[in-house]
Amino acid sequence: MGVGTFFTSKLDEAIGWARKYSIFQYPFVTACCGMEYMATACSHYDVDRFGAGLPRFSPRQADVLFVVGTISHKMAPVLKRIYEQMCEPKWVVAFGVCTCTGGFYDNYATVQGIDTIIPVDVYIPGCPPRPESVIDGLMKLQDKIAAGAQRY
Amino acid sequence: MADARELFLSEGVPSGGDGSQHLHVNIGPAHPAMHGIVRIFAELDGETVVKTDVEIGYLHRAFEKDCEAGPYNNAIPYTDRLNYVSPLINNFAYSSAVEKLLGVEITDRCKYIRVIMSEISRICDHLTCVGAGSMELGAFTVFLYMIKAREFLWELVEEVTGARLTISYGRVGGVKADLPAGFDLKVKKAFAETRQVLEEVHTLVTGNRIFMDRMVGVGALSREDTIAWGITGPLLRAAGVPFDLRKTQPYWAYDRIPFEIALGKNGDNFDRYLVRMAEMEQSMRIAEQALDGLPGGAIQVDWEGKAIPPDAYVDLGKQGKTEGLLLMPITLSPNLQGQDRGAHDRVNVHDKRVVLPTKADTYGSIEGLMNHFMLVMDGYGIRPPAGEAYFAAEGANGELGFFVVSDGSDRPYRVHCRPPCLPPVAALPKMIEGEMVADIIPTFGSVNMIGGELDR
Amino acid sequence: MDGTAILARLRERLGDRLLATHEYRGDHTAVVSREGLVAALSLCRDDDALAFDLLVDVTAVDYLRFPGREDGPRFEVVYHLYSIGHGHRVRLKVPVEQDDPVVPTATGLWPIANWLEREVWDMFGIRFDGHPDLRRLLMYEEFEGHPLRKDYPINRRQPLIGPKV
Repeated sequence: MGVGTFFTSKLDEAIGWARKYSIFQYPFVTACCGMEYMATACSHYDVDRFGAGLPRFSPRQADVLFVVGTISHKMAPVLKRIYEQMCEPKWVVAFGVCTCTGGFYDNYATVQGIDTIIPVDVYIPGCPPRPESVIDGLMKLQDKIAAGAQRY
Repeated sequence: MADARELFLSEGVPSGGDGSQHLHVNIGPAHPAMHGIVRIFAELDGETVVKTDVEIGYLHRAFEKDCEAGPYNNAIPYTDRLNYVSPLINNFAYSSAVEKLLGVEITDRCKYIRVIMSEISRICDHLTCVGAGSMELGAFTVFLYMIKAREFLWELVEEVTGARLTISYGRVGGVKADLPAGFDLKVKKAFAETRQVLEEVHTLVTGNRIFMDRMVGVGALSREDTIAWGITGPLLRAAGVPFDLRKTQPYWAYDRIPFEIALGKNGDNFDRYLVRMAEMEQSMRIAEQALDGLPGGAIQVDWEGKAIPPDAYVDLGKQGKTEGLLLMPITLSPNLQGQDRGAHDRVNVHDKRVVLPTKADTYGSIEGLMNHFMLVMDGYGIRPPAGEAYFAAEGANGELGFFVVSDGSDRPYRVHCRPPCLPPVAALPKMIEGEMVADIIPTFGSVNMIGGELDR
Repeated sequence: MDGTAILARLRERLGDRLLATHEYRGDHTAVVSREGLVAALSLCRDDDALAFDLLVDVTAVDYLRFPGREDGPRFEVVYHLYSIGHGHRVRLKVPVEQDDPVVPTATGLWPIANWLEREVWDMFGIRFDGHPDLRRLLMYEEFEGHPLRKDYPINRRQPLIGPKV
């Protein structure tokens, strides 16, 4: 391993470290999971200590798209447009079982998992997931961000 | 409504005689102040809103069709997710509608438990509404304080039901299980914390110049309009009409518990905020009185003989100290479902057609086993006679009604939920036309639109 | 006013436009014909003794699979009314045939009927004659069919984007 590779790999690690502790999330909140999202973001289960406490309510300013709550077929084009408006590097977290697989809403109105529309990085199942699960998912996301893996 | 191309071409359509042009702005559905799922297509003249079109349906999850697909108790998890900030009220209102259809009367203790849990849920709903509304106006501290109070209440709900949010606690004929031991002390502690939070919020926001400027006189709806638009709940009470289903058509144990109705005067956003704050205090009062008057006595279970807690029992067994262990009674919490005949019978109707027998009966006697079989197998189960019934409870937003039609089989033929937040959202154009764009935010916040209930 | 008195007053004023009345589990119901619907609703709202000023709900039921009612009219539009002054309730039902699913609108009497009837149109396909703006409320415009009808399968998906599974 040459000296050049040492510096770039250290640089990558440094960038990964900086990125993972400054997550600007776009909480795309639709349904009940939003209540647990609020609980995770507030004082009791503080997500700000992970550097993820500032939600940017515009996709242009965000890098992690938290899809929180059931996505119906009426909402799906809106979700896709929001995802496309974000610039790279971006990650998507499927929060709640409705976004992972459609949950128990196997009917005419619900998208059976948002990974049929946009690529997803971390799946947090639960109906709704407890804040501890959310924090676990967030830490897994941080590992992924630090590793620099991007799937387009 | 208009797609992107129409929007672009129609922008600047001349209107108004002075040559000014109106602007079309699309607010939502992915907008934080719209709580993610309502689209307001507004036509603006500068900052003033001239015309709006409100579009909903972005969270339609086919609740009514899903309820037809399974037996009566299967609809309970779907009802949790209707008004997901006060799920217990939905559970109990649906169960009461089916009980009305069956002609079954629940036990007294169950009525009191439903009242206590409903009031705790109502406080959670108002905390979330006022907190989120204040956050959208910029008072982020109020939001953090109210969510902190909500956490204390969710700990209470978790003690009783096992989950924080989607609890599926109600059952047709009763509730899942009794309250746990020591619940009244925990409630006292949680309410003390909540009262402190309400005090702090009052000092922060109620007399605050900025808050009052943004909320007083904004989004007002006259008394006649409010009734004509079918609006009930805190918005109707803020307009001065003392209509509360808990007083006018009392159900469960509300006729035995005195409390006051909070009334406003002008029907504007500030009055709605004050009504909600007052209602939280009244809800705490109701829950405390209900706990004091709980029939069936205190929540402790009486056991004869020496009783040991279950973890000690397991430890003794592991250590090999098994002499006489089989004869010792174990103190299990009364809020474990199906485990103890006494606790089960206190909160569930003694009706074989409706309520599952306890574990002791199911495994211990042939009648219990057959009863369990008849209630659980496909095609059997709870079968109300053919007919229809409508039951209305006072939800956090107003009259929450369930219209259940039965065809005599074990599946509901039709379940319809009358959402209390649909009329205010339908009346939203009336509330915001003529106001400024910035007034849409507090008005929408005070309407407390809950998507699960609105779109079902 | 007690429920039987309400039904008696309706019967006295509506005559043969009132097809049937019944009471079940404390709920009083009047079945009116389609032609008499607007008269019945106006009577309910404007009569001093009835004074039903709150239109609580408008919904519908599809009796296609109901055992014993397969030959009768397929739909029934159900109106729930409440009087804030008197504190009483009533339910009005209108039978609607499958080939001619049209009912006069109640928007002129209560403005909330606008959205409630839009929802019935969306979910059941029952048109409301005279409605100012009858379009879908909960589903998107491109959706075909009316989902709460009994012959619409629960998991027939018509996605706007994404796979058709």
